[in-house]
Amino acid sequence: MSQDHLTLARRRLLAGGALAGASLALPGAMRSALAQTPMTMGVIYVGPRSDFGYNQAQAQAAAAMKKLPGVKVIEEENVPETAAVQKTMEAMINQDNAGLIFATSFGYFDPHMLKMAEKYPKVRFAHCGGMWTEGKHPKNASSYFGYIDECQYLAGVVAGYTSKTKKLGFIAAKPIPQVLRNINAFTMGARSVDPSITTRVIFTGEWSMPVKEAEAASSLIDQGVDVLTCHVDSPKVVVETAEKRGIFSSGYHASQAALAPKGYLTGAEWDWSTPYTAQIKALQSGAPQPNVLRGGLKEGYVKMSAYGPAVGAAAKTKADEIKAAMMKGGFVIFKGPLKDNKGNTVIAAGKGINQFDPELEKMNYLVEGVMGSIPG
Amino acid sequence: MNTLAVPVASAPQPVSPPLTQRFAALADALLPAAAALVITVLLFSAAVALAGFDPLEVWSLIVMGGFGDAFAWQNTLQRAAPLILTGLAVALPAQAGRVIIGAEGALVLGGLAAAALGTVLAAQAPPLVVWPLMALAGMLMGGLWIGIVGWLREKREVNETIASLLMSFIAIALFNQAVETVLRDPASLNKPSTKPLPDAFLLPAMPGLDVHWGLGVGIVVAIIAWAVVKLTPLGLSLRVAGGNPRTALSVGLPVTWLTIGACAAGGACAGLAGAVEVAAVHGAANASLIAGYGYSGILIAFAARFSPAGVVPVAILVGGIAASGSLLQRRLGLPDASVTVLLGFAFVALIGCETLRGRSFFRRG
Repeated sequence: MSQDHLTLARRRLLAGGALAGASLALPGAMRSALAQTPMTMGVIYVGPRSDFGYNQAQAQAAAAMKKLPGVKVIEEENVPETAAVQKTMEAMINQDNAGLIFATSFGYFDPHMLKMAEKYPKVRFAHCGGMWTEGKHPKNASSYFGYIDECQYLAGVVAGYTSKTKKLGFIAAKPIPQVLRNINAFTMGARSVDPSITTRVIFTGEWSMPVKEAEAASSLIDQGVDVLTCHVDSPKVVVETAEKRGIFSSGYHASQAALAPKGYLTGAEWDWSTPYTAQIKALQSGAPQPNVLRGGLKEGYVKMSAYGPAVGAAAKTKADEIKAAMMKGGFVIFKGPLKDNKGNTVIAAGKGINQFDPELEKMNYLVEGVMGSIPG
Repeated sequence: MNTLAVPVASAPQPVSPPLTQRFAALADALLPAAAALVITVLLFSAAVALAGFDPLEVWSLIVMGGFGDAFAWQNTLQRAAPLILTGLAVALPAQAGRVIIGAEGALVLGGLAAAALGTVLAAQAPPLVVWPLMALAGMLMGGLWIGIVGWLREKREVNETIASLLMSFIAIALFNQAVETVLRDPASLNKPSTKPLPDAFLLPAMPGLDVHWGLGVGIVVAIIAWAVVKLTPLGLSLRVAGGNPRTALSVGLPVTWLTIGACAAGGACAGLAGAVEVAAVHGAANASLIAGYGYSGILIAFAARFSPAGVVPVAILVGGIAASGSLLQRRLGLPDASVTVLLGFAFVALIGCETLRGRSFFRRG
């Protein structure tokens, strides 16, 4: 375990180094050499690049990479998690000579990316999610992911200060650990401001189902919710519905501020340019591929949307204060005593679970203050 | 069954038509397709030019990406593989005059049945025994599902088109429920799946090709379906029942059971497609199975004029366009929607030109 943490720390250091800016760090001669034979990186999206959500967050990083010298970016959107994505990867390699491929959808990993990584050992593959395991998966495959629950906690704090009805709403896709962790962090952030606050959750059952998401949003607003957030692929309709009904919203994946100029408070965003840059830099310098790239606010894997006009001074001060603690490191979100919403103690008093602890990736409960249950 | 042949045998059959007449028949068959092709090329070129791209470059990329070299062909055939079976899922009920648009549901349930059975049997039998049983499970499940739609149509007069679509939604909901609860592999944390098949139980690629067996299975099933529909008394009675149910009833054909059977056969094709996806691609059943193949099958069957054999080339064409869409995105940065526009033009042109078949316009032309 301790060795694992060491490697993790070293990798994070590596990623941090990459943050310093791949392009500026390169000496002039090397830069011009690279410019002559640009490396090609492919990015594959499961949905449209302009979805105001999951795919857009990835596409924003891809767009940033286009500015790096010696890097050619090719992209393909709406690629399903079937044999089609395998052929898309092969086509990027065979037809465009791609040396690095970012498979951005969770379902691309097993079996699709693993199969291609075995077939093309000289090509590097990076997958968004925390799946890569030492000794089990090929060395030319890797994972990158962020601890976005930190941002959800901060968004919860802002929501807690802003809400007047003390009722928050959360529209969630599927009751998987990653989603539950966000719901819980958001709720705990809000309840750190005022323990009487509750979060109502609706699971839509699908990653992208705009009609159900809009219905869920309306239903929550009818129940008196005055801040709405979500974890679905595209928060577009949720944020738009909130704005139309005159309540506040908090974004997810990418910034939806443009969709709700009045009610958008803040949002939990990915910053994938950090792992993208780290992978490119490793490839360009000939360093071994970093297999696990993970981090939170401190490491630059996630970020907050800029505060909207409705956020008060007290909310900003408090959220900024917690954010500073997170940036310093060591801020623990999931710490005891913590009860789930059925009254069972899930984390004992005096115990805290570190962000990097894999135990959090098995989360199967909703914390106290969440109104709703895990279906199934 | 022998009695069925009687009304047909009595129909006058020209022994050998003159050459000119044969040529006219051939032209009649090919002209609408050729006209549709020309219209499609013109419309899509105009659309591409309007968007600021060079139509020549776009077309050359389409040909290259879909059919330009060995890799492009494998890419195309791999994408076409599941579409042959889902095309048949629509084309077979159409022989009985039924329009089924819910093959997606039969596909996912077929895949689920195959995955559930496969993971249990994998511990007890070798792959060569497990694969056929998985295929059978998928076919039975899909056949049952669309068979219910046929039964509702024949026995309860429920419109089969709407019923199949609604049943598809129910199937997907059941599928999700099963994958996320009772059949879920506890290790599949963030992507609920059934237990994975052991590696040895994954269907290998076809020999000499980098395309999985779904292609071979699809082509074989299409040929069998074509042979049954065109060459057997059963196929003939099916077509009579679909073409003119009243006549069919008056000559004593079991129209009800022919229709339900055709629906079930279509569903079995979709279920088989799901089983192949599980055995050859995913190794488990999960939400990735819900990829829209069932809906693509509707377009393919319509474009193939419901010919079970015609489904194969149309599926390959659609697979090729999907493969070239991939290249267009990467080379020109065109949005994914561009090939959807192309397919839209192609299908509208094809179906539009079909209505002109046999009209004097083509005869004289």
